[in-house]
Amino acid sequence: MTAADPTKPVAPKGARWWREIAWRHAVGIVMIVICVVPLLYVLSASLRPNGSLTGSTDLFTTIDFSNYTGLWGRGYGHWMVNSLVICTVTAVGTVLMGAAAAYAFSRFRFRGRRSTLTGLLLVQMFPQMLAVVAIFLLLISLKDVFPILGLNSTLGLICVYLGGALGVNTFLMYGFFNTVPKELDEAARIDGATHGQIFWTIIMPLVLPILVVVGLLSFISTYGEFIIAKTVLQSNDKFTLAVGLYQWASDERNAPWGLFAAGAVLAAIPVVVLFLILQKYIVSGLTAGSVKG
Amino acid sequence: MTEQQVAERPTAPVSGDGGSRRSPRRLRGDDSSHARRPGSGFWVKLALVAIVDALGVYGILTAAGVHSWWIVASLALGLVIVNWAYFSRRAVPAKYLVPGLLFLLVYQLFTMGYTAYVAFTNYGDGHNSTKSDAISAISAQNQERVEGSAAYPVTVVLDGGELGFAVVQDGQAEVGTADQPLQPLDGATVEGGKVTAAPGVEILQFAQIAQRSDEVTQLVVQVSDDPADGTLRTQDGTTAYVFSPVLKYDASTDTFTDAKTGETYTPSDHGNFVSADGDVLQPGWRVGVGFENFTALFQDSRVSSLFVQVTLWTFAFAFLSVATTFFLGLFLAMVFNDPRVRGRKIYRSLLILPYAFPAFLSALVWKGMLNTSYGFVNKVLLHGASIDWLGDPWLAKLSVLGVNLWLGFPYMFLICTGALQSIPGDVMESAKLDGAGPFRVFRSITLPLLMVSVAPLLIASFAFNFNNFTLIYMLTGGGPDVVGAPLQIGSTDLLISMVYSVAFESGAARYGLASAVSILIFIAVGLISWLGFRRTRSLEEL
Repeated sequence: MTAADPTKPVAPKGARWWREIAWRHAVGIVMIVICVVPLLYVLSASLRPNGSLTGSTDLFTTIDFSNYTGLWGRGYGHWMVNSLVICTVTAVGTVLMGAAAAYAFSRFRFRGRRSTLTGLLLVQMFPQMLAVVAIFLLLISLKDVFPILGLNSTLGLICVYLGGALGVNTFLMYGFFNTVPKELDEAARIDGATHGQIFWTIIMPLVLPILVVVGLLSFISTYGEFIIAKTVLQSNDKFTLAVGLYQWASDERNAPWGLFAAGAVLAAIPVVVLFLILQKYIVSGLTAGSVKG
Repeated sequence: MTEQQVAERPTAPVSGDGGSRRSPRRLRGDDSSHARRPGSGFWVKLALVAIVDALGVYGILTAAGVHSWWIVASLALGLVIVNWAYFSRRAVPAKYLVPGLLFLLVYQLFTMGYTAYVAFTNYGDGHNSTKSDAISAISAQNQERVEGSAAYPVTVVLDGGELGFAVVQDGQAEVGTADQPLQPLDGATVEGGKVTAAPGVEILQFAQIAQRSDEVTQLVVQVSDDPADGTLRTQDGTTAYVFSPVLKYDASTDTFTDAKTGETYTPSDHGNFVSADGDVLQPGWRVGVGFENFTALFQDSRVSSLFVQVTLWTFAFAFLSVATTFFLGLFLAMVFNDPRVRGRKIYRSLLILPYAFPAFLSALVWKGMLNTSYGFVNKVLLHGASIDWLGDPWLAKLSVLGVNLWLGFPYMFLICTGALQSIPGDVMESAKLDGAGPFRVFRSITLPLLMVSVAPLLIASFAFNFNNFTLIYMLTGGGPDVVGAPLQIGSTDLLISMVYSVAFESGAARYGLASAVSILIFIAVGLISWLGFRRTRSLEEL
């Protein structure tokens, strides 16, 4: 340690700088190139008119926005709307149901509380997609009764996602709810507030940060969810971005690569923005054991 | 929501319900009943529950109509629970838990249980439905025109928008469609043994019939409710003949008999009618097959070799993914943990870009970049090499791991940075004073302390990669395929993509077998998590 005061590190000069610090910058620059090149590549491909995979390797030789305008006639608008609707509704539903459950676990003592909590802990180990075949078969049967909840339905898919709401997020919220002092509830109750009023007007505003984080995490993970969406959604106008863009990119020979690239750039924007806003929370949320999909 | 009882107070019996006590300012005592003073929340609740009830009742009626008794029972139970939870004053926690738990119950717990059930059946193409459905389908599919059978002058009609036949049988006009066997048609005008006009049905003229000739010649109308009575078909839209089943079902012996050859088909254990010679009638029906799907995975040599290969690769992939991303992430975290390096913030925010970019898009972009003839990697980085990154079994495995390293190291970088910063500096300092070299410090101080906070995340990451369907499916589609295998399985398929492939992409769907693999993944994931919990606890005791 050359720095006498650790809060104000002084970089060594001359030969020692080369020996101790320079290689760190070298590593950093190499890694940044590795990180950024694929992203530049897709950006460049998106700006190449009529692009197929063939000519996509010359980076930024042409700048043209025809791919971006060409997206909308090919169903991309539907996919974007579907994705935004599905993710938003799922996120809101997840937050409301998770918060309600966390409130119940945190504030009430009832028979079966411990076993329900333990049960949720067990359930959250198993991702929903393991049962993808059964979900498919269930939705086939549901189609006869509630066509709107069956296969190839946006609402049906949302319901499937909401099935995973409690398992994933309740614990994150439960811990946060416990940090809100119970004395607040007591005081409100003495003033005549019902449990509903306590929940909506006292607890919910206080736990708003965790609600926002859970909602946005849920949004991001639903946005990238693929296997269930691919199984449930079957017609082009119902696809989400993940399913639709997969379809464009998977066709090796005739892949509309320029369109795909433009679609990918647009699709990535909301997530990247959310991610950068949330970066701090995502890292601490990850420490609680959730992994971004 | 001002109407419900406060949580922790056990309710005393409410006496004298009605309008007797009206003091709104009264403190809520044990016997206060809020139903007398409904607030706006009450009406919201009432409306919501009413909507749920209406949908539920509608569902029960429809489900009963299609004989889905399971759905009827679960809907009824669900309605009882919902109404109890929201109208009983005792069930305060339930009001908050019911919505989430109901969704969890249907879409997670039920589907898990259903997976287990399906794993023990032969559910799949050819065994999609019940035995009675199979019997009707076999009777309907195997029909021939009976020699010298009656010919009817037929009128092609539109009955409620559905194409149908109208015929005259024993002086009575009758009409039927594909879904509706012949039934009397009242008030029809009959001329020359042919229906020429009838109320409620539209009679198609010759030109219209010609226009829809494909539909008309393919139309099959049952003569009666019993499929054994045969069906009406027409070739020209003017004359219909009775076709009768070649295979006749006899309910008393539960067998099919071929009317021409006299061959008898008896039901087998595997949900098919089979003749003595081993001829199988399709379709079959769904039956329990015990552990057959599991034994196929372990004992049927062709399937089991694939299964073993996929299992080994799944574990290897998950382990190597965690190991490579963790060590690269840790290395970078240590590189930039030195406060003397300038611009660390910029490095950090650029290094997490691959993690911020949606993973499914990255996988697709990499798929393009690794393309043999036009990909960026071969053409630009390797100056026109033609390495088959995704088509060679081993290179494909390497590519998958490489792309996953690109996707995953920023996450490890972030958590390692956080964990490193929480290690107290004086511990390091004293180790150095004791004469430990940098490697020794890393091995004996940094790594163990780091592991305490990072180990649970590594296990979670292992479990996540164990089921990383999106990456595999988007990048390689599981391929390159194993040539000549009985299932469409490739050398980068994980167990979860094997499930998907067996269920949805291997030609004939085999839901039973796919579910059996799912069950094995459940067990594996459960074991991993359980080990994880134990390991975490032992680490925390350090």
